[in-house]
Formats: sequence, C-alpha cells, structure tokens
Amino acid sequence: MTEESAFEPLIIAFCCNWCSYAGADLAGTARIQYPANVVIVRVMCSGMVHSNMIIEALTKGADGVLVAG
Amino acid sequence: MPDEVTQKEAAPDPGAPRIGVFVCHCGANIAGFVDIEAIENHARALPNVAFTQRNLYTCSETGLREIKTAIAAQKLNRVVVASCSPRTHEPLFRSACREAGLNPFLFEFVNIRDQCSWVHMQQREGATRKAKELIQMGVARAALLEPQEDITVGVAGKALIIGGGISGITATMSIARRGFQVILVEREKELGGILKNVHKLYPTMGSAGDLIGKNIRAVQKMPRVQVLTSARLVEVSGFVGNYKVTIDSEGKRIEDTVGVIVVATGARLLTPEGLFQYNGRNIVTQGELELLLKQGRLDADSIVMIQCVGARVPGREYCSRVCCMTAIKNAILIREAQPETAVFVLYRDIQTYGTLYEEDYRRARELGVSFIRYNLSKPPVVSSDKVIVHDELLGEDVPIPFDLLALATPLIPQAGFDELSKALKVPVDENGFFLEAHAKLRPVDFATDGIFLCGCARWPSDIGESVSQALAAAARASIPLSQGHVKVEPIVSQVDQNRCIGCGLCETVCSYVGIHLTDTPKGKKAETIRASCKGCGTCGASCPQKAIRMSHFTDGQIEAQICALVGTDK
Repeated sequence: MTEESAFEPLIIAFCCNWCSYAGADLAGTARIQYPANVVIVRVMCSGMVHSNMIIEALTKGADGVLVAG
Repeated sequence: MPDEVTQKEAAPDPGAPRIGVFVCHCGANIAGFVDIEAIENHARALPNVAFTQRNLYTCSETGLREIKTAIAAQKLNRVVVASCSPRTHEPLFRSACREAGLNPFLFEFVNIRDQCSWVHMQQREGATRKAKELIQMGVARAALLEPQEDITVGVAGKALIIGGGISGITATMSIARRGFQVILVEREKELGGILKNVHKLYPTMGSAGDLIGKNIRAVQKMPRVQVLTSARLVEVSGFVGNYKVTIDSEGKRIEDTVGVIVVATGARLLTPEGLFQYNGRNIVTQGELELLLKQGRLDADSIVMIQCVGARVPGREYCSRVCCMTAIKNAILIREAQPETAVFVLYRDIQTYGTLYEEDYRRARELGVSFIRYNLSKPPVVSSDKVIVHDELLGEDVPIPFDLLALATPLIPQAGFDELSKALKVPVDENGFFLEAHAKLRPVDFATDGIFLCGCARWPSDIGESVSQALAAAARASIPLSQGHVKVEPIVSQVDQNRCIGCGLCETVCSYVGIHLTDTPKGKKAETIRASCKGCGTCGASCPQKAIRMSHFTDGQIEAQICALVGTDK
C-alpha cells in the first residue's frame, strides 16, 4: 500500500481453546508480529460459535469476524 | 433456566459482582511494551470493578498472596488476572481463588502477554488500547460468571485391552499386577501377534519366540485376567469409568462394564504385490526372510535386501522405523552363521537411532555387509536373478546377482482399524494409525478420557518401544482405576428438557458421546453425560430449540464480551 488508509477494521476472532487459541499463544512465544486490531475471544471449540454470535458481532460494530478451530 | 449448579464451597452468592483486576507486569514482558499504568487506571473505571492492583509477577508467591489478601479484604467475588495465557496459568490462579474461599470458576483470565504485548512489540499505542479492550471484555464476562462444582463419577475397576501382541500382553499384566480385573481380547486364535513370526530381537539377539512364549504363558496363568481369543469388540458405549462393551468370542456374546480401554491392536507388514518382482519364492519380504531364518531353511549364497519398499514413497510417506534395524540384524545373523554368503543392503537412508543401534550398523559393516545407497528417482531394477542398482556414490549402475532378494516393507495399519476407530470414537491419522491426544504431552492417551494407546497401533515401533509404551499406557489407565473415581471439569452442556423436542441432533453432532437421548415421562429428551462431555458446545450451537446451555461459556457471557468490545449495550 502506498497510501496509508484511515480505515482500521476491528476484527473479532473466535478461537478454539485447544487449537487456534494455542496457536495464537504460540505466535506470541515466537514473537510473530501482527496488527493490534484483532481481538481474540476464547471458546471451548469453534463448534460452539453459533451463527447468531457472528451476526451479532458484525451488527454490534465489528468489521470482521474470524472463526478459527 | 434449570441450573443444576450446587455450591458446596464457600462461594459468595453471585449477586452484585465485586471484581478485582490484577494486572501483571510479567517483568518487562508486558510492562515493557504497553502503558501498564494506563491499563490499570482504565480497569479501575470499569463497571463492577471494586479493586485493581499491578503485580511484578502475579504468578509469584507474592502475587498469589496479594490476590488472596484482596479477596478477603475487599470482599471480592470475582477475580480477573490480566497476564500470560490461561492454557498455562489458569489452574494456578484458580487454586489461589479456591484457597481464599472463592469458587475457582469465578476467576477470569485475560491474555495480554502471549496475544498482546508479545505480538505487538512495535505498537505500544495499539497494544495498550488492545490490552484495555481485552480487560474490558474480561471484566464484562467475569460479572456473569457462575460458580461451578467439580463433577466426580465412579470407575469400574476393570480394564479392556484390545490386541494380544506383546503390547497388549504387557499392558494386561501390568494392570492385573496392580490388582485390577483385565479382559484381553485377541482377534486371532492365539495370542502373540507379529512376534510369533520374528526370529531374533535386536539389539540383544534374544529369541523372539522365547520372549513371546514366556509372556503368553504368564498372562494366561495370571489371576484376574480373562483372555478371549478369536474375539472382537462388537459394541462400546458409555464414558470413562463406565464403558459398556460387547465382545464376540468364538460366537459367544459377552457383555461387561469396564473403566478403561487400551488399544494395542498392532500393525501388519505390507505385502509388496507388484513391487520389485515380488513372488514369495526367491523374491520375498524381509518378514518372510525372518521366517526362513527362524525355521533354519535359509539357503542362499548371495542375498540382496532392498529397503523402503512401498515406504517413503508418494502415497505412503512415512518411515516405518523398524525395517533398517531388522535388515541389519538379519544381515549380521547371516554373515555370522555363513561368512561365505554375500549380503547387500540397498538403502535410501539408514535409520539406526540411538547408540546401541548405531553399534549394530557398524558391526554389520565390519562383518562385510555391503551397504549401497540408491535414490528414489533411480530405484533398483530387478530381473529373475540379478538386481541392477544405481550406486549414488559411484554414479554407476552396479549389477548384483542374487539367490534371494528380501524386500523390506513397512508396517501398515491393521485391517479393520477404521471400524475400531468409529466404535471407540477415537481418531486415526492420514495413514490409518491411531492418533494420540498430544505427541509430546499425552503420548499414550486418546483425547477421549479413559481410552489409551500403545505399540504399533499408534506408529511403527520396535519391541522395546512397544513394551515401554504398553507400560506407560497401563500406568495411565491405572490412575482412574486406582482412584475409583474421576474428576471432570464442570464445563459441560446443560439441557433444558422443557424446551428439548428430542430431535437427537445434539447426539449426532457430539464427537465425545457426551450427550444422548433418554426416555423420560415426557418422551425422548436429551441428557448430558457429564463425565464425557468436553464442553465444546457443538450441541448447543446446533440445537434448533436453544435448549442447551454451556456452563462457563454461556451465550450471555460471550455476548457480554462482544458488547464490551464494540461498546454497544444490548
């Protein structure tokens, strides 16, 4: 990107306790750097993320939702 | 909402939340990359927060003491720690809460190190903002937390071992020696498994027949052990401590309840149909050569062995681990018995791990065994009485005449592994070997509680390794057996049977046998099997009636987190 965009999306990431949440921890241990506008919500399994939850996150103001599991 | 939570501990009634927030510096790990003071100030202003404190290391003795002191002095009924990761430190902080008389499930973890300060090291402003947001979310969730009680279930003092090879026999004897009943199920007519066809064992060169024979006799005489041959597991249901099993043994149906199950079904050798002119006469498998040696029928002046036949090739990528040592062992035995017999080993890589095995490799070379390296791109070409191998070091094709050609084929999963995998609801990997819960942390456990794994069913392993794994699996399986009960995390599903319409979707989607339909006066209704529920919530998400609620991860708690982040209240 040549021109810096003013838009900073807010992303909610639902992460499974057993895999992707652990992966996010591992990214920390490895000091892998990424933008600070993604916020992780820990769930016991991506299977518990009901579609209503995703819709709710988007309607309440999140710009993006990531479900990882 | 029918909440079956009981409060035996001195948990304060979750009325008006009084939340204490502890922000950890983690030395410079967190404090070095965020404005930690601003974060604490932010936390202090959040709703329901009665107390905040920063600690150099919250997990230290001092930090934990400060939490306990604050719970008492500030009458806190919720605790939030913002520090590293719940995956490592949640048990520690939970027990600190318990010691201070607070139900451990009224504790909430906020990850501001692994998932914030460490991954935004060059973004002090962004990381500080994110840490504030994460704490906001944690506090909102904490306000809605409910106390939970650990669930305990009884354990039947009996084990089922599937597979009567060296692994299964070892596990059986180990568990029986501890005083528990064991049922050993073997598919074949007799016990022994693959070892029955093995000649000598590396690196000791002891007799395989003696070893397995001794073990078979011992296990058959052992008190508390029931050996069932020509038998197979037909059906299994239940959960840790209470597996109901149906076994078919020589046409007879046997039903029993066992506390734990050990899978020791082993592996079998690949038959190399269509590879290197395999014919079972002068071109045999390494396993068949082993039998010739055992029966003293080996008669050849020139023996060529080809390694990695059908292994480490596209479609079967893994290394079978035992074939190199088997070839080296047999080469040594042949050269020692008949020094005039030439032995050639055509290999791609030699896998002689550890000091003892490397010693055997050296010994084989000292005895004049020729090791010739070939490349997968130019594999040896076999005709009826000679092999032409492209020697990588010489860069030339070398013809080697043979009387006997032995093809080292890999161990592959047993036939029927998929049925067993489905019956027990345990996973297999892409090759069909059973998959343990964690390669390093839980190598002989399945992710499903009360089911364990050892030997070649898990991965090709030699006798020593199989025996070690069997002893490990037996030790792990003995934990619930000797405790007589198991404690289960109370993060489980709760069914509102008034809303449930008995459609059974939850039972279908559950991977852990954690919920099932049961007959009630009002018809079929879902019921959580709390001992085996893993709290994954898939049932809840799939329930068309919204009749299932996940304790400790309720929709309300997760929604509160989302609202706290995006700043909109419902």
